[in-house]
Amino acid sequence: MADGNIGLWTVPLAVLGGAIRVSTPFLFVSLGECITERAGRINLGLEGTLVMGAMSAYGISYLTGSPWLGVLAAGLTGALLGALHAGICSLPRVNDVAVGISLMLFGTGLAFFLGKPLIEPTAARLPAIDFGWWSDVPQVRAALRINVLFLLGVVLAPILFWAFKTTRWGLLIRTAGESADAARAMGHSVLMIRLRATMAGGFLAGIGGSFLSLFYPGSWNEGLSSGQGITAVALVIFARWDPMLCLWASLAFGGAAALGPALQSVGVTSGYHLFNAAPYILTLLIMIITCSPKRTLSGAPAELSITR
Amino acid sequence: MDFGRISRRHLLQGGAALTLGAAAGLRPAFAAETTIGFIYVGSRDDYGYNQAHAQGAAALKKLPGLKVIEEEKVPETDAVEKTMESMINLDGATLLFPTSFGYYNPHMIKMATKYPKLRFEHCGGLWSEKDPKNAGSYFGYIDEAQYIAGIVAGYTSKSGKLGFVAAKPIPQVLRNINAFTLGAKLANPKATTQVIFTGDWSMPVKEAEATNSLIDQGVDVLTCHVDGPKTMVENAARRGAFVTGYHVNQSPLAPKAYLTGAEWNWEALYPKFVKMLAAGESIPNFYRGGLKEELVKVSPYGEAVSEQARKHADEIKAKFLGDGYTIFKGPIKDNKGNTVITAGTERGQKDPELEKMDYLVEGVIGATS
Repeated sequence: MADGNIGLWTVPLAVLGGAIRVSTPFLFVSLGECITERAGRINLGLEGTLVMGAMSAYGISYLTGSPWLGVLAAGLTGALLGALHAGICSLPRVNDVAVGISLMLFGTGLAFFLGKPLIEPTAARLPAIDFGWWSDVPQVRAALRINVLFLLGVVLAPILFWAFKTTRWGLLIRTAGESADAARAMGHSVLMIRLRATMAGGFLAGIGGSFLSLFYPGSWNEGLSSGQGITAVALVIFARWDPMLCLWASLAFGGAAALGPALQSVGVTSGYHLFNAAPYILTLLIMIITCSPKRTLSGAPAELSITR
Repeated sequence: MDFGRISRRHLLQGGAALTLGAAAGLRPAFAAETTIGFIYVGSRDDYGYNQAHAQGAAALKKLPGLKVIEEEKVPETDAVEKTMESMINLDGATLLFPTSFGYYNPHMIKMATKYPKLRFEHCGGLWSEKDPKNAGSYFGYIDEAQYIAGIVAGYTSKSGKLGFVAAKPIPQVLRNINAFTLGAKLANPKATTQVIFTGDWSMPVKEAEATNSLIDQGVDVLTCHVDGPKTMVENAARRGAFVTGYHVNQSPLAPKAYLTGAEWNWEALYPKFVKMLAAGESIPNFYRGGLKEELVKVSPYGEAVSEQARKHADEIKAKFLGDGYTIFKGPIKDNKGNTVITAGTERGQKDPELEKMDYLVEGVIGATS
């Protein structure tokens, strides 16, 4: 061990490290989308929000020198995009899926446009907490250098789970998602609930973006997200609109993303395209196993346009 | 685009541009302003492949009588044909540089056949006699610079394990991996290069994961062949590993970790092309060159490079610049044990066999499929 040669142990370690490093954006976007969809609306635009968040976080961190201000800016940008989505969707006969797709293109396009001058400079990064101090193995230490945002996400998942179940606003969100009529009968504005839920979702997705540009991989460029936002939206369906399942699913996706490179590094070189596709194969498999022609997806909010 | 229903307006514009092209494009003197179109697959300030070409384009902008137009982020699909069409028909471009590998066949060939009076120059393609005469391909033997970077990496690595983050197993990438490894073996015969293919030219998360996996395996010097080396360079430097760069000089990103690097020298080449056209000569359809021809260059050495490494690397560099030096000199075995270049065979840089490379040499850990 002293020479740092850990052989095949690299693979599980890389999957663990990958689960921690790669999963954070998935986690934030899926938790955010979970809130939005529980309120009865789908925001497919979170891919755009993620990229906008990454860009604004990097820009603000570069200009002010404070990565935490960057995270805040990313969240606010996300909330703003969420408000835009909810605002357009409040108009009569507007389809939220179509608005989401257009906002996805708008968000990425705007981020690429505004982010042009940010590709070259290097911005201040978010710090990491060293949880691997107990180990002499440098690989373990590297895998356990954990960012605070990841921990926040991990804490947020059970809080959301609890909030949906037991708090008043959790109930309101669920009511708006299950039956808009019931919410109206109770005297609440469904549009306001959905506006707030979509803004909260956007806020979280923006923060997810800030992790990409400010921690890992840790710089702004146009290929940064490569579809992670849209994967995370799909992940919510996969996780049955349950925040705790979102957490496990994000970890699984993160680990699966690390599998391809890790296997190649220990000499398993054939079929690396297949291993790189592991997260998607995983999704397909679970979808096929759990699907049923007799009922709609369990846990799906009844007001969602895909289930209605 | 539906050419059956092309509007009259488009036809007129196209016709006008064609006449203009015929009149100005290949005529010796550039009487009127000549428009040159550059097409990039990614962003032109990506610290990588596209930035290298954009630096070349910037060198042309400084010359009088030239107008340079650029389009970024054009995918390697029909989209590039549309971009070329609009550069030709709307901007009147007479010389086009579609710079990405996948633009060549069938897209650029199709356009070159359609517009026989215009000139198309592709980076990295393999022009052959079957292809249109107004199309050309140029490329630098950047493996010469990679070979020198390999020597430096071989001396610097303590573990003897080098890492290579690569996009796809195409001949040019394999040639770089092989040259880097052969160079490293000059310095340390036991050196190995572990290669990881990410599957595409720009995959920041995969590149970062690949970098981390390699370092976990004990690799202490890394290099790469992807479009934007920034991710690899920054992540490797954070983990305390050394890097050698690619495409352009990335030392500003990691001054302490940056040893040296293999860079393109398009800012020297593109003005040469334009001068050839202006002098009434035609650009050779198949244009190649290395360090000596100023198509590629080696980054200045970083402070971590030892005296011994500098001396050895400079010695080989002088040979490249002087009478020439052969990297792929038999006997060379691939990493499966087959002899790929027999003893006594010297595959010089211009040998077309090298452009079909489909193997990894002994010392590389990895596979092409």
